[in-house]
Amino acid sequence: MADSNVGDAVPELRVTPDKYLPHRYAGASGDFNPIHIDDEFAKAVGLPRNILHGLYSMGLVAKANAALAAGDPRALKRLSVQFRGMGMPEQEIVVSGTVKSVDGDRVVVDTVAQQGDTAIIKNAEAEVEL
Amino acid sequence: MPIKTDAIGKEWPGTTYQAGREKIKEYANALGIDNPVHFDVEAARAAGFRDVVAPPMFAVVYSGPALGPVLFDPDVGMNFAAMVHGGQVFEWGEPVCSGDEITTSSKCLSIEEKDGKGFYVFETVSVNQDGAEVVRGTWTNIVRGV
Repeated sequence: MADSNVGDAVPELRVTPDKYLPHRYAGASGDFNPIHIDDEFAKAVGLPRNILHGLYSMGLVAKANAALAAGDPRALKRLSVQFRGMGMPEQEIVVSGTVKSVDGDRVVVDTVAQQGDTAIIKNAEAEVEL
Repeated sequence: MPIKTDAIGKEWPGTTYQAGREKIKEYANALGIDNPVHFDVEAARAAGFRDVVAPPMFAVVYSGPALGPVLFDPDVGMNFAAMVHGGQVFEWGEPVCSGDEITTSSKCLSIEEKDGKGFYVFETVSVNQDGAEVVRGTWTNIVRGV
């Protein structure tokens, strides 16, 4: 993989988080904010339903970029994201990316996570050591 | 009323988290990450790790709790109910393995008002039991209607 070139696409990651994913992620992460796990609470504060944790979606972005180095947990050196649209359970997330620059064995990848037409993570920039 | 900026530069003492195999496994499962280095100690050692190794974004599990007292600090004075997580940066150093004791300290980098919104930026620095930096996080929280 050390022969990555500018403009190369990162293998696309497609995941459809099931209805209970936010509960499992809450347990795994320790973030039990009710907007993620309580549909009634979420609606009461004006959200369409309970929403995904932004850091879960960022975790998928990290996973998609680690795939460039066969999932080696040492490969991802830096990841910067902006959270934008809200992520929803039970809708497919598509994470895609393009190599923006190559410097020796280090590549910078522009990544986006989308649900339909909504970018739930944008301007994501990953530095991966191959 | 202008935004309260008293906390800029304030630092908070470290909180400690001990990484464990089952918690790493639980996190990897929630993300659908299936590399055996996150589940199987033999696979992890064969790949050069001391023990089962955490995925990079496990950083939220050990560094996130350090921000709890920060977000509720009266010097910060944040309207927590109107807060959203706007952006996040992590820069990784040494990998985190089961058994590691990670200490995370926090600092307020900036508080600014823009377009009627408050932008609060905090930094966390996490080091392991040997003093090696494992991750540095920059957390941007946005408060609507300050």
